[in-house]
Amino acid sequence: MKIFFAIIARDMRLAFRAGGGAMNAVIFYALTIVIFALAAGPDRARLAEMAVPVLWTGAALSAMLSFDRIFQQDREDGALDAIAETTDMMSMVAFAKAAAHWLSTLLPLIIAAPVLGILLNMPGEAYWPVIVSLLVGTPAISMLGTLASALALPLRRASVLMTILTAPLISPSLIFGVGAAKAGAAGDPLFAPSLMILGAFSLLSCVVAPLAAATLIRFNTD
Amino acid sequence: MTTIYDLANPKRFEAFAKTLTPFTAAATAALFVAGLYFALFHSPADYQQGETVRIMYVHVPAAWMAMMCYTSMAVASAAGFIWKHPLADVAAKTTAPIGAAFTFLALFTGSLWGKPMWGAWWAWDARLTSVLILFFMYLGYIALWNAIEDKTRAAKIAAIACLVGFINVPIIKFSVDWWNSLHQPASVFKEGGPSIDGSMLTPLFLMGLAYTLLYVTLLFIAMRAELAERRIQRLEQAARAPSGAVIS
Repeated sequence: MKIFFAIIARDMRLAFRAGGGAMNAVIFYALTIVIFALAAGPDRARLAEMAVPVLWTGAALSAMLSFDRIFQQDREDGALDAIAETTDMMSMVAFAKAAAHWLSTLLPLIIAAPVLGILLNMPGEAYWPVIVSLLVGTPAISMLGTLASALALPLRRASVLMTILTAPLISPSLIFGVGAAKAGAAGDPLFAPSLMILGAFSLLSCVVAPLAAATLIRFNTD
Repeated sequence: MTTIYDLANPKRFEAFAKTLTPFTAAATAALFVAGLYFALFHSPADYQQGETVRIMYVHVPAAWMAMMCYTSMAVASAAGFIWKHPLADVAAKTTAPIGAAFTFLALFTGSLWGKPMWGAWWAWDARLTSVLILFFMYLGYIALWNAIEDKTRAAKIAAIACLVGFINVPIIKFSVDWWNSLHQPASVFKEGGPSIDGSMLTPLFLMGLAYTLLYVTLLFIAMRAELAERRIQRLEQAARAPSGAVIS
């Protein structure tokens, strides 16, 4: 457990200090929304209709940008080898890396989402459902992103490949995340069950992805 | 007697595949002729869909193969991962493009079928969408293999990617129940037996068998090609090794 918190604390410091680039994802997120609005036109009713799916899509895409921060930097400066030598619990390390990615990248995005919702003229009753569905669903993105980052360890420039590998796998999160948010906004009783499936998928990724990522790190550090 | 363990030797496998390929190829051709004859001439037109129902005989087996190829890829990946057997890695690697081709065929014929049925080339219905996602998973898997130069390492990494992706296959299979859709609910494999008429099942299963044997034939050829390519690479490396030191 000690290594878990140590890695999270270290990664958070690295992400939020100068040059860490934690806020880049938020800026990218905001720009995605602006670009979408420019493309879709200023019709407020139509923007309101698209707000929930666009907020979810934008969050997923913005999160994918930073996947190569998860392991690639640590591999380049040798930190990953050092970590691999000091612990037997590689899956715990992978889990911590994913948790740190969620805290440093996804959480700021989720905080930004309601603000961007204003730009999209999102109806008032959709705010909480969107925030809750993002909180429940996005851990899967960080987990599977950690896996993609571990898959791409032997490669130098792989951010596009990571996106290609992750995007199909996170489609259940998007489907049920948007579904839950929309149901919640409409007062539909499907809100709770969709949220549960969304959470189930996040929990499943919390189990599968760190185990697989740990095996992959071992391949590359041995 | 040859057992499956003898075939694990790449040399013996190559000889085995080489002898068998003409036979599987001939059987594939025969089954395609029979299947297409039944599908095009010897089965009824649907009372609602008319003649376009015959697209089903090309479309449905392709969709079966899309999932079967991914499953065999996952089984081969698991075998390669657990027993570290190079032949399993080769099988997984060479299945990917074949499976991707079947998936593309399923999407393409589905689109052709969608035009008269739904009035659109594409509908975002659950199964069509999940097959599209499967197609991208194939492409990602192939891209991963191509990106990593060292083949033994690529095999291990791709195996894990494939096994994690395999978790998505049941989601594809059961997505039919999860989402309301325009698509027909599964009507061949379900409790209480198939709900398609027997006259349509015969060509469907003949075509399914033909597709499966086509896969086996293509897999034999592709695996032999891959093994030959690796041998060439090894020989080239061996030929370059002594002089390489002098040049650098």
